[in-house]
Amino acid sequence: MPEWHGWQKLKYEAELDPKFADEITAIPGGEKLANCIQCGTCSGMCPLSTYMDYTPRQIVAMVRAGFKGEVLSSYTSWLCASCYACTVECPKGIKITDIMYSIKRRAIQEKVYPKKFPIPVLAKEFFGNVLRNGRSTEMLVVIKLYLKTAPLSMINQAIMGMKLFFQGRIGLKMESIKRKKELQTVLNAMDKEAVSTGKGTL
Amino acid sequence: MSYTYFPGCSLKGLGKAYEESLLSVFDKLGIEMTEIEDWNCCGATSYNSMDEMKAFGLSARNLALAEKYLQGAESVDIIAPCAACYLVLNKTSRYLKEYPEIGKQVHDALSEAGLSYAGLTNVRHPLDILQNDFGLDKIKAHVKQPLKGLKVACYYGCQIVRPYSTFDNQANPMVMDNLMKALGAEVIDWPLKTRCCGGSLTGTVQEVGVRLSYIIVKEAQKRGADVVATACPLCQFNLECYQDKMSGWYKDNLKFPVAYFTQLMGMAFGIDHKKLGMHRLFVPPKAATPEGRI
Repeated sequence: MPEWHGWQKLKYEAELDPKFADEITAIPGGEKLANCIQCGTCSGMCPLSTYMDYTPRQIVAMVRAGFKGEVLSSYTSWLCASCYACTVECPKGIKITDIMYSIKRRAIQEKVYPKKFPIPVLAKEFFGNVLRNGRSTEMLVVIKLYLKTAPLSMINQAIMGMKLFFQGRIGLKMESIKRKKELQTVLNAMDKEAVSTGKGTL
Repeated sequence: MSYTYFPGCSLKGLGKAYEESLLSVFDKLGIEMTEIEDWNCCGATSYNSMDEMKAFGLSARNLALAEKYLQGAESVDIIAPCAACYLVLNKTSRYLKEYPEIGKQVHDALSEAGLSYAGLTNVRHPLDILQNDFGLDKIKAHVKQPLKGLKVACYYGCQIVRPYSTFDNQANPMVMDNLMKALGAEVIDWPLKTRCCGGSLTGTVQEVGVRLSYIIVKEAQKRGADVVATACPLCQFNLECYQDKMSGWYKDNLKFPVAYFTQLMGMAFGIDHKKLGMHRLFVPPKAATPEGRI
């Protein structure tokens, strides 16, 4: 078939990943994804769907069908701001926000997100900061985020940063808990991938 | 009345004014809170994006620490003023009960660190405490300077009402509106009460995040509000601190006050503005009050 401009390449079953849906839905309540009726309520409710490359409804269909590469490299899950509007309105009770989280985790594990895209970088910096100190130091996380993604745009933020500093809303003190060992023992013992509860039949 | 208190990282940083005003107001009302000793970060949205089980582990330690304050009671209430903390702690305590597999792993992890959790905590928001435990009538009795003529747009944001609406209507929450009316203020009717402010997108994908925040501030202004009242440190930061950027990008001239609902309560109670953290706001709400305007 000729590759016309704007003509989408079709995917055939052999190219899809039949296990992908099971991987993504291996979260508490994830099996409900199979009940999706593609009504589009999630996309309609989502305040961010306008900015997404695939709408939430499309992502759900693509997860189910096994479009692994497309889903994991899509911006959709990263733009999800966890407002849960889709989750509470879904007539089939699908926890779409949680599905988005599952996609994010998989994308990080498989390292298939754009390199300097700030959202996963923020998640990683925040994660590391809390793992080491038990609390997050907002200033430190933000500075690291900018250094790793867009150092020059830090200048744009400087005025706001100074204002916040003089208002005592950001500081240079490293926040930390006392019993770091205790927390790390708990977290190390939780060192396991998401527990699967009930297998979906997809 | 006695509660445990989980401030979370933001209330010690960007949201300092929220903590200051909350403590002052609760002190005035005689509601006692004990800060949970050595609490850790709730993990917010980032932890769940990285590792779901570790996210449960973080919250489980906090729940276990709170339970130490049980002192023979049937359960212990945890007050979590930050919307993200409120959601994450709530989610964890529910999941530990609903999904025994997770519950068991968390239980084992806690005991390795010499901690235990029996599931006897209730995670609650200050708005819930004020309306349902304390009561609006008693709040009215504390009002010294009614917020007469002040038009407030009550903005609840996402995570207090979704996905768990434990104390209010999910589609049209009213608890903050009722509270503001009890303080003598007028509340405006608007459709964006629970629309997303963009969360951390204002820092990561600014074109999108700042736009989302602008939609909310602009709508409140259009509907005639003098001030937006918030109940979340991130909402407050997004709606207030990016106004210069909004004005530049969307050719506007915004100087719109965005205050914590606790700060407005403190104003009505006649508490010293310094104790309410007013000096930490870019645009103090005083300017929005009728006498401030004159």
